[in-house]
Amino acid sequence: MKLHNILALLVAMAGLMGTPVHAQSDVAAAEKGKAAFVQNGCWQCHGFLGQGGVAGAKLAPEPKPLEYYNVFVRYSNGPMPPYSEKVLSKQDLSDIHAYLKSIPKGLDYKSIPLLSQ
Amino acid sequence: MADDKETKTAVGRRHFLGGVIASGAATAGAVLAPAAQAAEPKPTKPAVLPPSAHGAAAETGVPPDLGRIKGTPGSDFMVDVIKSLDIKYLPSNCASSFRALHESLIDYGGNTTPEFLTCMHEESAVAMAHGYFKIAGKPLITLCHGTVGLQHASMAMYNAWCDRVPVIVVGGNDTDAAYRPPGVPTFHAAQDINAMVRDYTKWDDAPVSLQHFSQSFIRAYKIAMTPPYGPVAISLDAALQMAPVHPHAGQMPYIPRYIPTSPPQGDSGAVKEAARLLVLADNPVIVADRAARTPAGIALLVELAELLQAKVIDQGSRMNFPRTHYLSSPAGSLANADVILGLELSDFWATVNSYTDNGDNDGHGVNGTRIKPNTKLISINAVDLITKSNYQDFQRFQVIDVQMAADAQATLPALIEAVKAAISKDRRDAIVNRADAAKKAYAEEMARTRTAAALGWDASPISTARLVMETFDAVKHLDWSLVASEGNVSNWPNRLWPMEKHHHWIGRSGGYGVGYGAPASVGAALANRDLGRFSVSIQSDGDLMYAPGVLWTAAKHKIPLLSVMHNNRGYHQEVMHLQRLANFRNRKVNLGGDMGPVGTSIEKPDIEYHKLAESMGWWAKGPIKDAAALRVALKEAVEVVKSGHPALLNVWTQPR
Repeated sequence: MKLHNILALLVAMAGLMGTPVHAQSDVAAAEKGKAAFVQNGCWQCHGFLGQGGVAGAKLAPEPKPLEYYNVFVRYSNGPMPPYSEKVLSKQDLSDIHAYLKSIPKGLDYKSIPLLSQ
Repeated sequence: MADDKETKTAVGRRHFLGGVIASGAATAGAVLAPAAQAAEPKPTKPAVLPPSAHGAAAETGVPPDLGRIKGTPGSDFMVDVIKSLDIKYLPSNCASSFRALHESLIDYGGNTTPEFLTCMHEESAVAMAHGYFKIAGKPLITLCHGTVGLQHASMAMYNAWCDRVPVIVVGGNDTDAAYRPPGVPTFHAAQDINAMVRDYTKWDDAPVSLQHFSQSFIRAYKIAMTPPYGPVAISLDAALQMAPVHPHAGQMPYIPRYIPTSPPQGDSGAVKEAARLLVLADNPVIVADRAARTPAGIALLVELAELLQAKVIDQGSRMNFPRTHYLSSPAGSLANADVILGLELSDFWATVNSYTDNGDNDGHGVNGTRIKPNTKLISINAVDLITKSNYQDFQRFQVIDVQMAADAQATLPALIEAVKAAISKDRRDAIVNRADAAKKAYAEEMARTRTAAALGWDASPISTARLVMETFDAVKHLDWSLVASEGNVSNWPNRLWPMEKHHHWIGRSGGYGVGYGAPASVGAALANRDLGRFSVSIQSDGDLMYAPGVLWTAAKHKIPLLSVMHNNRGYHQEVMHLQRLANFRNRKVNLGGDMGPVGTSIEKPDIEYHKLAESMGWWAKGPIKDAAALRVALKEAVEVVKSGHPALLNVWTQPR
């Protein structure tokens, strides 16, 4: 086997070993986050997909960065009640963020006949 | 003497019962022992003699008129009074304290105008009348027991009071204690049955003669139908219903003529000042809540808004302003207003101030303002004329610059003329120039709303936006009327449906007493049925379970209604309140194995509303959890409703 082929194989193996592991951890976090989203009452105002409504803001798709939620969720002084670490752990918050990131972008309203007529 | 009488009676009853038992035994023997009969010798004379002519006539003839009550029953006269007002229906749960009037209505009155509608709860009966009025513009009468029935009815009466809707509530009562039957009728009697509902009725009375009844009934109708509208109560003495009609002051009782009272109109000086402020404003905003009492009210509001190029915020307790008009605006439009005209607002304070429930201020939350300093406030509100002190439906106090205790719709023509007179050429140009900006803002707002509606479009359970728009798609080709939208579906119907006509939306309960949606939608559907319209409701789960018997009433009386359920399986407002409070107190909320906090979920078991409806004569399907199935079911349900029957779809939805 030539050297460049060996290097290519190593890169491919690294890719196989690295990316799926990372993807798997994202998927696992998102799954845990989905459960935490329900257990901690986020769905109540934001909907099961974080779509929002009159009671709560849109969270997904394309959620704000985790750093934003790390501050806002702890110190909210508006309609959103604050969640202390006792009520919502750092890990749960991180997993919830992973869940929100995993929610795919939906349809543009212009492509939905019921909304574009 | 009493003892002697009771003794004689007791002896007589014993003899009578003895005879009955003996003859019964003989009869039983004749039936049960045919073999024994054969062994006995033949009788020498027939066992049964043919009856005499008198006896045969007594057994087979038409009994003579018993004539227990001489003359015309008082309750027949009461029916004549009710009929004089052309009241079409009478939803009611039957009760002995108005049995005489009930009998007169269905037999003497022929059960027409009004037609008795069998209800299973007094609250349902009043709420049906509530919904009916908001379509028909005419009040209904309901009858109830004076104590227990009125207690059931009272919550719906409070809703009608807060929603400024006329309902005529008549409670039966055994007033005269010397004649009052013992036991149940006495439990169901009171000195003053209307005391319980006096705080949230416009007027009440307890007539003691038939003439008094006819005058009070016409007066009650007039008061209920004079803006601001409201429920009224009449205590109906049982003896007065039973007794024959007697002359009153030497004359037979008469029925007074009903002549409507004109609504109160704003003072001319105040109207002129309001017009001046509106014309001089750079950014006037009109806020309407119960402004349009009739379709004419919408036309007047459009005329005023276009004259001023003023944005209109419709708070939605009635259909006030077309959602398709470019001046139709969201609540946030108040922020830049320099003059605000409030028309029949139920809460002016909360219109211009905010409240944030964030646990601050010792848990009271914090208040803020939604408007700029020095914004001028104008109010036209007839409710200022009927404020009472106990129940707090008048809301928090707000200082108003020009306040008219008057009916908004009745005042609008004068205000429009005053505005026309106040517009100079300079102001006309400035006003006209506002139109383009308003059209642009309207288009942008609609795009934002549709973008928001698209989020979670394919979700399961179904998003509330999808629920609402699939429902609209199924009825849009019909002359539709949204007769209830309970349970909060993020206000999507008012944001997305092209509501233009007065009957496209009839508003909410008024007092937020849960349980209004189902019966009010049935009442409104009844009125729409007579007008050839198609009724549709967004029905929430918690609301339906207060008194689901109204489903049977709808089926029984063939009231077509498409009821699409927003079944989020919880008392969702309270779900959020409990979560909020637990967070404020740094505690993990106790879910008790459900999705929502203990005491707020309606799951495990999940209620099969479609089966509930089916059991009471409705066409129904469910549970529907994805949009594709909803679309198919809606098509079927619409056809059922078009054929004259009620139909219900049990749809599992997102929370809000």
